Amino acid sequence: MPDLATIFARETHAAVLSGAPVPAGLTARDPTQVARRFAVYRNNVVVSLVEALATRFPVIRRLVGEDFFQATARAFIAANPPRSPVLTVYGDAFPGFLAGFPPAAALPYLADVARLEAARTHAYHAADAEPLASDTLLEVCARDPGTWGLVPHPALRVVASRHPILSIWRMNQPGATPGPLANPTGETALVARPALDVRVVLAEPGEGAFVIACAGGASFETAAEAALADAPAFDPSRALARILAHGLAAGIRLDPTDTGAQR
Amino acid sequence: MTRLPNDAGIGFKALHYEAIIEERPALGFLEVHAENYMGAGGPAHARLGRLRAEYPLSVHGVGLSIGGPGPLDETHLARVKAVCDRYAPESFSEHLAWSTHEDAFLNDLLPLPYTGETLSRVCDHVDRVQERLGRKLLLENPSTYLLFEASTFAETDFLGEIARRTGCGLLLDVNNVFVSATNHETSPEAYLDAFPLDRVGEIHLGGHAREEIDGGPFLVDAHGTPVADPVWALFERVIARTGPLPTLVEWDNDVPDFPVLQWEAAHARSVLRRHERPRLPERELARA
Repeated sequence: MPDLATIFARETHAAVLSGAPVPAGLTARDPTQVARRFAVYRNNVVVSLVEALATRFPVIRRLVGEDFFQATARAFIAANPPRSPVLTVYGDAFPGFLAGFPPAAALPYLADVARLEAARTHAYHAADAEPLASDTLLEVCARDPGTWGLVPHPALRVVASRHPILSIWRMNQPGATPGPLANPTGETALVARPALDVRVVLAEPGEGAFVIACAGGASFETAAEAALADAPAFDPSRALARILAHGLAAGIRLDPTDTGAQR
Repeated sequence: MTRLPNDAGIGFKALHYEAIIEERPALGFLEVHAENYMGAGGPAHARLGRLRAEYPLSVHGVGLSIGGPGPLDETHLARVKAVCDRYAPESFSEHLAWSTHEDAFLNDLLPLPYTGETLSRVCDHVDRVQERLGRKLLLENPSTYLLFEASTFAETDFLGEIARRTGCGLLLDVNNVFVSATNHETSPEAYLDAFPLDRVGEIHLGGHAREEIDGGPFLVDAHGTPVADPVWALFERVIARTGPLPTLVEWDNDVPDFPVLQWEAAHARSVLRRHERPRLPERELARA
């Protein structure tokens, strides 16, 4: 038989998240006020969680408008309450929820823009690391490209989409004015944080596949092959220069996982 | 329990970082919410690392759900320990409240009934936290909007008993005292007279929002306004009895420009100074 505190916790949980009746056993100086007083707790929980999502997904909020965002966030919270008190990363499931949320079906790019916003938060809180220095890269460049690989920076995230997510994201930043896109095409965003500022870089063809292969432990050679398979226009030298310039790598590994396996 | 100075501190907000680093204001300490520093790295840690080198630090947890009916979340306790290990704060505090049921975090400080059963469970939780962190914590009195028919302890007795059994200190939130007393039509002075003041290691002061239910006043612990006059008066009543204590001004919503917060802290400091007790010179203390 659960004790009173357990029953209260269970009923509060249900009342807050799905509007179940107010738990029994509560009182106030004027007992007729119990429901209205309980509503303050419910409101605190829901409003603070909507606020956590609004902080993490400001572009989604701007794209759908305040009323739609409120309703969507409340539906998400009821179905996906936080599983941890670390609210800075609450909402990892929000993009997937948007993808399957019928009222948002008219905006097919919404879920991928949300994935980009979620990736930015993860990059913000990721481990610190010095970006790869050009000297270090020069030392290995002369070697067989099957014997070394790039270690992606711990903050690096790749968000690929068949929608122009980065263009949409940029034109919905504070102070920017959204307008029609001249030539809408799928975009892959590279999210980086070489020092303390999060940057979002539009990937050139093949770069997304390249860094994903690097993250999987591939050698430079294997990663370049993966990128070429993805996009024949991929230019390995140019990609290396851009990785250095944007701080997308943190080091070199001399024991890529495909060494030996492929030769 | 705490190594914070008996001086006024403020709740640190990222938007005040530049002002604090540039002006190095005289503040007794800074307080942060543990849950905001649980990422691996990035700007939040960079800021706090720099501030921590300049000021005493209090880490205040809002997610351990010490008053909850279920077992403590050991994963979260490990995160709290990582923050305490990283920053070695002068004080760690948490709340007499709950927020997690099963695995859902309800992001509010929810109330619990005060019974023999909940008392032993809260004490077990405090014991476990103290054991894991290797330090004593301060437990904060809640602001409440409702009461439980089943409660058999007064809140002050409940807190006193937790402190006695676990050796923890208490964090006296004077605004919470005023909010609860107004909401339950009880006397905040009587609450303070019954409070185990000898266990208090820190004071919290914050603003509340005033609403109405059925034409009567109803207060919400909103932390979005200056400390109210009756709360200042209650604060002075406490300090007149205890002497100066580490005192935090917290402002979490609609955060104002730094000078406003600084002014609130200066107000708290002036109250602390009024009640300083004559102290023996250092040399005589050492001989005593």
